[in-house]
Amino acid sequence: MSATDSARREPPAPPPPPTGKRGGNPRPSEGKRAERRLAWMLCAPAALVMVAVTGWPIVYSVWLSLHRYDLRFPGDQEFVGLSNYAAVLGNSYWWTAFTVTVIITVVSVLIELVLGMLLAITMYRTLLARGLVRTVTLVPYGIVTVVAAFSWYYAWTPGTGYLAETFTPGAAPLTDRAASIAIIILAEVWKTTPFMALLLMAGLALVPDDLLRAAAMDGAGGWQRFVKVTVPVMKPAILVALLFRTLDAFRIFDNIFILTAGANDTSSVSMLTYNNLIRGLNLGIGSTMSVLIFLAVAVIAFVFVKLFGTAAPARGGDR
Amino acid sequence: MAEIVLDAVSKRYPDGALAVSEVNLTVDDGEFVILVGPSGCGKSTTLNMVAGLEDITSGELRIDGTRMNERAPKDRDIAMVFQSYALYPHMTVRENMAFPLRLAKVDDKVVRTKVEETAEVLDLVEHLDRRPANLSGGQRQRVAMGRAIVRSPKAFLMDEPLSNLDAKLRGQMRTALSRLQNRLATTTLYVTHDQTEAMTLGDRIVVLQAGIVQQIGAPQELYDQPANLFVAGFIGSPAMNFLPVTVEQNRLHTPIGEVPLSDRLRRRLTDADAPRDLIAGIRPEHFEDASLVEEHVREEGAVFTNTVEVLESLGSEKYAHFALEGEGARSQQLTDLASVTGSADVPTGGRSLLVTRMSAATEAREKQRMDIWFDPDRFQVFDPDSGRNLTLDT
Amino acid sequence: MAFPSGTGTSAKGKWALVNTVVVVYALLPVLWITSLSFKTKETIGDGNLIPREWTLENYADIFSTSLFVRALVNSIGIALISTTIAVLLATMAAYAVARLEFPGKRALIGVSLLIAMFPQISLVTPLFNIERALGLFDTWPGLIIPYITFALPLAIYTLSAFFREIPWELEKAAKMDGATPAQAFRKVIAPLAAPGVFTTAILVFIFCWNDFLFAISLTSSEASRTVPAALSFFTGASQFEDPTGTVSAAAVVITVPIVLFVLFFQRRIVAGLTSGAVKG
Repeated sequence: MSATDSARREPPAPPPPPTGKRGGNPRPSEGKRAERRLAWMLCAPAALVMVAVTGWPIVYSVWLSLHRYDLRFPGDQEFVGLSNYAAVLGNSYWWTAFTVTVIITVVSVLIELVLGMLLAITMYRTLLARGLVRTVTLVPYGIVTVVAAFSWYYAWTPGTGYLAETFTPGAAPLTDRAASIAIIILAEVWKTTPFMALLLMAGLALVPDDLLRAAAMDGAGGWQRFVKVTVPVMKPAILVALLFRTLDAFRIFDNIFILTAGANDTSSVSMLTYNNLIRGLNLGIGSTMSVLIFLAVAVIAFVFVKLFGTAAPARGGDR
Repeated sequence: MAEIVLDAVSKRYPDGALAVSEVNLTVDDGEFVILVGPSGCGKSTTLNMVAGLEDITSGELRIDGTRMNERAPKDRDIAMVFQSYALYPHMTVRENMAFPLRLAKVDDKVVRTKVEETAEVLDLVEHLDRRPANLSGGQRQRVAMGRAIVRSPKAFLMDEPLSNLDAKLRGQMRTALSRLQNRLATTTLYVTHDQTEAMTLGDRIVVLQAGIVQQIGAPQELYDQPANLFVAGFIGSPAMNFLPVTVEQNRLHTPIGEVPLSDRLRRRLTDADAPRDLIAGIRPEHFEDASLVEEHVREEGAVFTNTVEVLESLGSEKYAHFALEGEGARSQQLTDLASVTGSADVPTGGRSLLVTRMSAATEAREKQRMDIWFDPDRFQVFDPDSGRNLTLDT
Repeated sequence: MAFPSGTGTSAKGKWALVNTVVVVYALLPVLWITSLSFKTKETIGDGNLIPREWTLENYADIFSTSLFVRALVNSIGIALISTTIAVLLATMAAYAVARLEFPGKRALIGVSLLIAMFPQISLVTPLFNIERALGLFDTWPGLIIPYITFALPLAIYTLSAFFREIPWELEKAAKMDGATPAQAFRKVIAPLAAPGVFTTAILVFIFCWNDFLFAISLTSSEASRTVPAALSFFTGASQFEDPTGTVSAAAVVITVPIVLFVLFFQRRIVAGLTSGAVKG
């Protein structure tokens, strides 16, 4: 920090008694107002796009969810109150999809956390070919999800696959519900662990080496250093990574679409919504599911923030 | 070459904080003036107002008699050296130094010669085609200086230009800077928090605290005749000792003995209508091991006996530290000084301490009692409420 | 911890093993689909990782059908246009967020955070209907608009993190050196900001390139269907007797640009992905 900054940020120690010439804290100066105008002008386009493309559809979505609206019967459109919600919440398909989504989310995020941490430590500490390892781990992140999903699909399909008969000869894992979900989780974990690892690696970089040396001098072993020093110091990074990944996993769609297309009760809530909307053309029910998913995500985010008190990432420029 | 005048210049931030309060200062043509004070005292703000990087709230800034308040930095023809050096990382040393000339649309050939001449002066010739990232701290500092010098501006502004260097290099660069200043004789306003830098470099020093000028004067003047407790304590290392004293019938009662009040001092105190409880300041070098003082000198001063707590030998001299009975001197200005210089954080065990400088020949040992001589005439006496030095010839 | 420490040869050996596991893990699915794409129709079911007979037939096939070629053009065009607009808008907003003080900053950051976490499927339903009403359904803009919206939060975070790292004192230095504000921006700030903008553009491009949900929901024909969406039509479509080889070839084609980005800009991508998320 430069002297210029410090002189400005720390208010000069004890302010001298008021001179009486200027009092109080009047309206902002010309320069301040010009700064605000400029800032608003710069932010306006981005803000307008974001609000227009999300805000209006959300409102519209809520409106749709309160109506019977099926594109196959366009004439039969009327306000039905909450009966769409009753229909969805009373339907076993919804709850099956919801359970599948929750299972996939929880299991894959947990596996990713462990694998991601191992990968992060590997990338951070490896003595050999660090650049190569980092480059290679970016490949799953960069690859189109659909492409990766196809690769897994072919791998587990008898006839084209090298993995199909790994566990039982002659089996077709993608026709079995439990096996399908396991493969979906595998595909999800493969694709997103590198992203998790990168976020965690950035967290690892926040742990000063001196702190670990001090802990070693104080008698902490390798595991104790990790649990008692590294993890607490990088806790904010872990929480941010968990939050992002949980919300991301909850909206899983691409992998399921390619791997099973929702067959054998493997639909996620996103998949189910898509089927109702694009295949079934039932806008009322589709919108109801949209709103419910939105609420579920809001609840997850709220729980995270409440439980862990995680500061929102990138709180903005007030540091 | 120029004269810079600050006429009652103030800075108030939009949040109402008064950062600089009515600074009056005239920097003569070719003069080297230092703004010194603890961090947050408003010295950098003052410099930025002269540069044009911050607006002046009230008052007037004149360079060579022309009002500058409204001029953009580029139209003031002054160069600045930043604490971080602010070298452009995407340009080579040569391009960095040529940058101000190119902006001024100077002819290519002239740019070349000027940059090379300046590089010669600063020993940068072999680094001209390197990037700042590949230079050492000292080299970067010289490039920053070079970029300021190369266009022969009316004045230099320097914002803590040496404080990112390590101690030894800082000392060397200080001397180099003095040499450069003698050679160029360009008006310079220099900001630092380091009083040693201020003492050694400046023709005159301005001491700032909380946005208010405490004293302006030549280095020796500030050292010998500080205007108040703040300046007395800020200038000098180790700092001046402050003792609580009381005046009683021509005698001064101090924690290191009772001494007669000199006629000069008594007259000043009467003139100033001073209270009975005062603060006396005396610098460490005004003490000596009594056994090393010749008899006739010894009789002119006073002697006290105490136990050496810590003895630091610097080879050429020794510092003996003593603990005194009773409480230390109390004054708002001393508290402020301690908090801004960080000395409030040094543990003293609640006692008041006395630092003395003795010649290297002393045989004093830690934990042993010894006689210490001092000259009471060296006492500076301050008013504890206002902090004003009552001993000054005014 | 089970992680090797120290610097001896045995530690190197352990790291070599760990690194190999990581590399195999990351590359196996990619190698598998690449291998499939080079197999002939006869050997495609042999389950061998290395093709017994190599052929370029699958690639020749996909490039001879408009289904794939159109989709590739759509993918490239839509991703490039979305990236350009999103990065432009985000650059302006991120400059304001990183450098200026203004009321509403927190709201802007809050809104973009919300959108970053937003379940995209929740937007698909209303957008589907709105776009049909506006005539945007199954057009380029119909995809570009949602892509920009969902790319903006990512771009604003990444860019504002980059912008905060720029030593802004240089702007002051340039002014003292005689530059006008415009010159200070053009000659000093722009060159320093360029790498951050470029990195953000790569991340946004990857995001648009990768999207499947919008692509499959908001398109209905070759007019705007992108490759990820078109791929899933290969399977059900009848123009190929066995789509495995061709799907694989198409998959490899759209994977190549990403792998190239990753190879050349690994450092920057890592910096970009992590900067916004950890620093406050």
